[in-house]
Amino acid sequence: MTRHEPRLDTSPRVSDEVRRTTCYMCACRCGINVHLKSGKVSYIEGNRDHPVNKGVLCAKGSSGIMQVTAPSRLRKPLRRVGPRGSGAFEEISWDEALGIATRWLAPLRATAPEKFAFFTGRDQSQSFTSFWAQAFGTPNYAAHGGFCSVNMAAAGIYTMGGAFWEFGQPDWDRTRLFVLFGVAEDHDSNPIKMGIGKIKARGGRVIGVNPIRTGYNAVADDWIGITPGTDGLLILALIHELLKAGKVDVDYLARWTNAACLIDETEGEEKGLLLRDDLGKPLVIDRRTGDAVPYDTAGVRPDLAATHRGCRTVFQHMAERYLGPDYAPEAVAARCGVSATRIRALAAEIADVAFNQTIAIEQPWTDFRGETHERMLGRPVSFHAMRGISAHSNGFQTARALHVLQILLGTVEVPGGFRFKPPYPKPAHAHPTPHSYFMPGRPLDGPHLGFPQGPEHLALKLDDLSPARIDRGFTWENPLSAHGLMHMVIPNAVAGDPYRIDTLMLYMANMSWNSSMNTGQVMEMLTRKDGNGDYMIPRIIYSDAYASEMVAYADLVLPDTTYLERHDCISLLDRPICEADHAADAIRWPVVEPDRDVRGFQSVLVDLGGRLGLPGFVTDDGRPKYRDYADYIVNHQRRPGVGPLFGFRGHGKEVGRGAPNPNQINAYIANGGFYAAEVPEGAKFFKPWNRAYQDWAVSMGFYDTPQPYLFQIYCEPMRRFQLAAEGFHERQPPDFLRERIKATMDPLPIWYEPFGEAAGEAFPLHALTQRPMAMYHSWGSQNAWLRQIHGVNPLYVPTKVWQAQGFRDGDWARLSSQNGAIVVPVAHMAALNEDTVWTWNAIGKRKGAWALSPDAPEATKGFLLNHLISELLPERGDGHRWSNSDPVTGQAAWFDLRVRIEKVPPPDEAQPAYPPIPSPVPPAKGNRP
Amino acid sequence: MTALPPPSDKKLGLVIDLDTCVGCHACVTACKGWNDQGYGAPLSDQDAWGAEPSGTFLNRVHSYEVTPEAGPAQIVHFPKSCLHCENAPCVTVCPTGASYKRAEDGIVLVNESACIGCGLCAWACPYGARELDQAAGVMKKCTLCVDRIYNENLPEIDRTPACVRTCPAGARHFGDLGDPESAVSLLVAERGGIELMPEQGTKPVNRYLPPRRKDRLEETAPLAPLLDIQASGFAGWLDRLLDRI
Amino acid sequence: MHPAPSVILFTVFSGLGFGLLAVLGSGLMPVTGWAALVAYGAGYGLAVAGLLASTFHLGNPQRALRAFSQWRTSWLSREAWASVAALALMAPVAASAAFRGVLMPALGIAAAVLCLLTVLTTSMIYAQLRTVPRWNHWTTPALFFGHAVAGGALLAGLGNAPVLLLLLGLFMALAFRVGDGRFAERGHTLATATGLGPGTVRQFAPPHTGTNYLMREMIHVVGRKHALKLRVIAVLFGAILPALVLLALPSGLVATLLAAALHLTGALAGRWLFFAEAEHVVGLYYGLR
Repeated sequence: MTRHEPRLDTSPRVSDEVRRTTCYMCACRCGINVHLKSGKVSYIEGNRDHPVNKGVLCAKGSSGIMQVTAPSRLRKPLRRVGPRGSGAFEEISWDEALGIATRWLAPLRATAPEKFAFFTGRDQSQSFTSFWAQAFGTPNYAAHGGFCSVNMAAAGIYTMGGAFWEFGQPDWDRTRLFVLFGVAEDHDSNPIKMGIGKIKARGGRVIGVNPIRTGYNAVADDWIGITPGTDGLLILALIHELLKAGKVDVDYLARWTNAACLIDETEGEEKGLLLRDDLGKPLVIDRRTGDAVPYDTAGVRPDLAATHRGCRTVFQHMAERYLGPDYAPEAVAARCGVSATRIRALAAEIADVAFNQTIAIEQPWTDFRGETHERMLGRPVSFHAMRGISAHSNGFQTARALHVLQILLGTVEVPGGFRFKPPYPKPAHAHPTPHSYFMPGRPLDGPHLGFPQGPEHLALKLDDLSPARIDRGFTWENPLSAHGLMHMVIPNAVAGDPYRIDTLMLYMANMSWNSSMNTGQVMEMLTRKDGNGDYMIPRIIYSDAYASEMVAYADLVLPDTTYLERHDCISLLDRPICEADHAADAIRWPVVEPDRDVRGFQSVLVDLGGRLGLPGFVTDDGRPKYRDYADYIVNHQRRPGVGPLFGFRGHGKEVGRGAPNPNQINAYIANGGFYAAEVPEGAKFFKPWNRAYQDWAVSMGFYDTPQPYLFQIYCEPMRRFQLAAEGFHERQPPDFLRERIKATMDPLPIWYEPFGEAAGEAFPLHALTQRPMAMYHSWGSQNAWLRQIHGVNPLYVPTKVWQAQGFRDGDWARLSSQNGAIVVPVAHMAALNEDTVWTWNAIGKRKGAWALSPDAPEATKGFLLNHLISELLPERGDGHRWSNSDPVTGQAAWFDLRVRIEKVPPPDEAQPAYPPIPSPVPPAKGNRP
Repeated sequence: MTALPPPSDKKLGLVIDLDTCVGCHACVTACKGWNDQGYGAPLSDQDAWGAEPSGTFLNRVHSYEVTPEAGPAQIVHFPKSCLHCENAPCVTVCPTGASYKRAEDGIVLVNESACIGCGLCAWACPYGARELDQAAGVMKKCTLCVDRIYNENLPEIDRTPACVRTCPAGARHFGDLGDPESAVSLLVAERGGIELMPEQGTKPVNRYLPPRRKDRLEETAPLAPLLDIQASGFAGWLDRLLDRI
Repeated sequence: MHPAPSVILFTVFSGLGFGLLAVLGSGLMPVTGWAALVAYGAGYGLAVAGLLASTFHLGNPQRALRAFSQWRTSWLSREAWASVAALALMAPVAASAAFRGVLMPALGIAAAVLCLLTVLTTSMIYAQLRTVPRWNHWTTPALFFGHAVAGGALLAGLGNAPVLLLLLGLFMALAFRVGDGRFAERGHTLATATGLGPGTVRQFAPPHTGTNYLMREMIHVVGRKHALKLRVIAVLFGAILPALVLLALPSGLVATLLAAALHLTGALAGRWLFFAEAEHVVGLYYGLR
C-alpha cells in the first residue's frame, strides 16, 4: 500500500516579535527571549547571548508565561477596611494611596525617622532601596539576607573578599574535582547546572557533602550524607589531614594570604592583633633578609616559619591548632556521621587533584608587589557551598572554614579553582562600615549595611549605646550582621525591644507565612494590640505583585507589576549578573504593558521620594528629580560618572565610568537587555593581586584606586571583638555576652555545636527544608504549570526512622519541636542522612492566598516547617531574649531545628490549619488566563 | 498510513544522560511552553488553580531511588518522552491513520485533524509517551519539535527540540541515531546507552546513558603523613614542609 | 486499566449482540415471524447499543468514520468494518426471517461468521497489546468468544446453552489463572523499564504531584482490592447460575430472562475486572501497576 503522510509545515512563523529582558522567576537573573504574538506573550526561552545562562532556562523561567498572567496578580492599590488579617480591603486610586503613604511617612521623617522601618525580601534593587532609605534617614533598612545566607556572604568577604553564588564560581571549564557542600541547592542555579554538566561531560568528578541526596547530589559521583551542622568539623578534619601530609600550597600561602603575618603575643590590648608598621601595614619576615617588612614590599619572600620578638606567624598558630587531635578524622567521624576512612579518602582525593594534576595557562601576569609570573598555575579542585552549611548557629565559622580550606590548597583565583565574579573580589575593609546615626529630617550618615572592623563600628546609639537598629543588627549579639536581621524586625517591634516603631514598609517579603520563623506567632504579632487598642505595629505598608499571605496583614497595599511589565536594573552597585570572565549588568523593561492599575514599586518609591522631598530624589528647588525608576536608572550617579548601569554611558561608548546617557536603556534593549565587558586576558586570574585586574577594576568604576589585599586566614576584626570581651576596648559588651563573644569570635575558624542541639535527646532528629529546582519560594504555587510538578510536599523520612515507626506509604506523622508540632504526610527516602527528615520549602499555602481555591492541595496537604522554628531560643530564665541566630552575623539558624516524629492517624488536612483569608483578587475563571 | 514505513536511514531522537540530569524539570516546562503554542492543539490544563490540577505534558521527569547491594542509596532523575520507536506499536493500532511515523526521519507524529481520540495508541505505548488532551480530545505526544528542527524561521543553532535547547545541565542530546558516526551515536557507544524495556520489542530510537558507577571514594588510598609529628614535633614538621619552597 | 463504563458496555453488549446474531444467522435456532423480529431485534439492539457506547469513549466522535480507513493494520479499524459488514449481511437474513418467514441459511451462515469475526476483532483490540500482559494472550479472544457464544445461545434459548455457559465458566477461571502470572512471565520490572540497577529500584517521587491522563487511564490499583469477590461474582453469575437456572427451570421466556439477567450481571462484573485487573507496563514508571 502507498503511504500518504499529511502535509506538514515544518517552518511555521515562530512569533511576531522577540523582546529580550531579564528573568525574575527566581534570583538567578537569566537572560530571556520573550516571544509575542498579537501583543501577548506566547513563549519564553533563554537568551543565548546572555552571560549568565547562555541560552538555557530552568523550569521556572520557561513557565513565566503562566506567572505574568496568573489570577493572583493584584490589580489596584488597597486600603484596609476591616481588622488587620481579616483581608477586608477597599480598592483606592494611586493618588489616594500615595497620599496616605506620604501623610504617614512625612511626620515620621520630620520627628523620628527611626520609627519608620523598611525591609525588602526578594528585592533585586537593593542599591536603590537602600539609597532611598538612607535619604529618608531611618537606620532601619535591610533586605532578606539576614534570614537567608549572610553567613555565606560575610564569611567569604571577611576571609577572601567574596563568597560563592553571585560573588564567585568554580572554574567550570577547567576544574577536575568539584566538591559541593550544603543542602538547599538554589542560588546561582542555572550556572551551577551548566557547570556540573561541563564537568560531567569532561569526565571530571563531583562530590556532594549534603545530608540529602537530591538534585546536584543525585548526580554526584560520591555522596557524603553528613549530619547537619557538622560540616565545619568535617572541613577542619580535612585540613588536619592535609596539613599532616604537608599537602598545602605553602608558596601561595606565603605570597597571597596573611599566613606569614605575625600575631602579637604580648599581653594587653594588642594581643592577637597583627604586628604592623607605622603606616598600619601588617609585617612579615622576609626570608631573604630576616627583616620584618610590610607585606607588600617589592620582592619580599614572606617566611611562614618566622618568629619575631616572640611572635609567631598566623600559619604556625593555625597549623598547631588544626594538627591537634581534636580534628583527627577519628575524633570527628561519629559526630559528622562520616567514617574516618571516607574523610581520609576525601582528603587524599582533594590533595591528589590539587597537587598531582596541576594545570597551567601560558599567560604572564604581574602581581601587586611588581613581580612578573610567566604563567598562571592552577590546581583544578574547586569547592562550592549552598545555604545549608550557613543556616546554622555555627554557620559563619563553618563557611570561613571552607574558605580557609580552599586557600590552604591554593585553589582560589587560580585556573581550575574558585574564581571571583567582578566587581568581586573586594575585601571587607574596602566595603563601607555600617551606619546608623539618624536625626530628624536628615539623611542617615551613610549606608546602613557594611562590614565592621571592630566594636567602634557597631550600630549603637551614641548616647546610651543601646541598639540603633530595630533588628538589633551590628550589636554585641551579632556584631557582623552585614545583611541585617529581617526575621527579628516584627518580633522586636512588637516587643518594643529595643524600641517601638510606627510604620513598617515591606517589599516582596512574605513575613506572615513562609518567610518568617514561627509563622503562627508572627501572624499573631502582626495583629496584636496594645492597651489602647492600637496595633503594636501601628502601620504596615506592603508592596507585592501577587496575592501573597502577607497582603492580608497590610494596612496599605501598593500593587507591584510582574517582571515583564517593569523597569529594573541589576546593577554593579548591587548584586550584578557577572561571571568570572565578564563584568555585566542587566535591565528589565516593560515587554508588555500591565493590564491592571499597578505600578513598579521602584517607580512608586521615586514618586514617594519626590513627595517626601528626600535628598537625591528632588532637585535643588524641591521638584521631583526623576520621572520614574527608568529615569533614575539612567540619570542617577552614585559617584561622578558611576551610575546604576555601567554600559553605554556618555555618548554610548563609555564603559564603567561616563556621563549619564539618555539613550542608555534603549542601548541595553538593543543589546539584549544586558551589557557585558570581558575581563582582559591577563586579568582573569589571581584578581586580588593581579595589577592588570586591579587597574581594569578601577577603570570600570568598581573602586577608585587599586585594592590589592591578602586573604584573611586570620580574621583580625573578629579578634578585636574578642579583645573587647576581654576588657580591652572603650565599647564593652554586656557581661552576659562576654563569654560567648570570646568563644565564637575566634579569628581562626572553629567548630562548635549548633545551639539547636540543646534541645537534647527528646528531639533526636534534624529537620531541614530546601527549595525544589522548579519552584522559587512561595511564587511557584500560583503558576498553573509549576504547581502540577510540586503541589504537595511530603516529609521525607530516612529508612531507619521509617522502619522504627512502622510507616507505610500514605501515612501521616506528628513532627514536634521545642516550639510546637505539625501533622504532615510522610514519604520514605533511603538516600538520606539517617538522623534527618526534610521537606520542600514553601509549598504549603494558607487557604485563600495566591488565588488558589481553598481546597488546593497546597492548602490542605502542603505544610511549612516554619511553625516548628522560633526566632528566639527557649527561655533560659536569665531575663534575656536569645535569638535563634548565628552569634557572629545574626543569620537565622533555620537548620538548627531538632524534632521528634510519631505516627498518627491521617487527619483531614495538614496541621496546624488556619482559617482561610478572603482573597484580595477574584478567583480564576477557567483554566487559562 | 498506520503501516510503518520501511526503517529510515535517518533516525532522529534524543539521548538522555542519567548521569548528568539533576531533575530540574526545565525540559518539562520548556516543552510545555513551546508545544502549547506550536504543533496542533494547546496543551490544556484542567482545574489549573484548584484542588486537582492536571494537564497535558509531553515530557515528564520521574525520580527513582536505587539501593545497591553495598553503599548508599542513589536518586536518579529520569526524563521521559516519546522514544520514536522504530517498531512503534502506537502507530499500527491507530484506526484512523492519525498516528504515523515519518518515513524521512522516523519521527512519530499525530495528525490531530484525523485523530478521533480513542486512546488506543496510548494503551499500546509501553512508555507513557502519549497523553489525550482533555480539552481538545486529541492525542498529544512529543513531536521532537518537528516545527523547530527544520524551521527556517529559526537560526540554525536553534533548530533543536525545545527541551534540548533549554536543558541547563546539558543532559539532553538530539541527533541522528541512524548515523553511527553522529555525535549522539558516538555518545551512546562510549557510554553504553540503553533502550528502555527492550523486551517490548518496540526498538526505541531514543537512548539513555546510565549513571556512572558511584560512591567509590573509599577506594582512594589515604595520604601519607609528611613525617611522624609525635617524634619530630611541630618544629620538625614545619621544617620539612617549608623545605619545599 | 481504567474500567471505563463506555468500554465495558461496548464490549459486553456488542459481544452479546453479535453472539446472538451469530446463533440466529447460523440457523441453530431457526426463528421466523414475530419471534424472529424480537430475536434479531434484540441482537441488533445489543450490537448497535454496544457500538454506540464505544463512541462515548472518543475525544472526537464526529470523526469516527475515519476509523474505517486503517483496516490493513488496525484491529480497531477491522472491528469497524467487520461489525458493519456483519450487520449489513445479516439484515436481509433477519428481514427475510421476520417478514417473509423464510430462512436464508447460506447467507445466514456467512453473516454469522462475520459476527464472530467482529467479536474476534473486538477481542484483538485488547489481545494485541503487549503493554498489557494479562490481555496479550489467546485467552482474551477465547474469553470474548465464550461470552458471545454462550450469551448468544442463552438469549436464543438454545438447548445446549447451559453447557456453553459452563464452558465459559471454565474459560473465565482459566483466564484468571493464566492472567495472574502474565506480568511476571513477561519479565517487565522497573529495572527493565528504566535500565537502572544493580540493586533495588523504586519510585522516589512521581514526575508531577498531581495526577495525569496516563495514571487515570492505565493505573487502577483501587479496584483490584475486591478482585477475588468480583471473580466469584463473574463466574457465578456469568456462567454457573444461569446454567443452573436453565437446567432447573422449565424452558421459556421466564427462564431465559432470569438467566440472561444473571449472565449480564456476571458479564459486566467480569468485564469490569477484565479492565481493572489488567496491569499496563507504564504503571512501572509510576511505581504502581
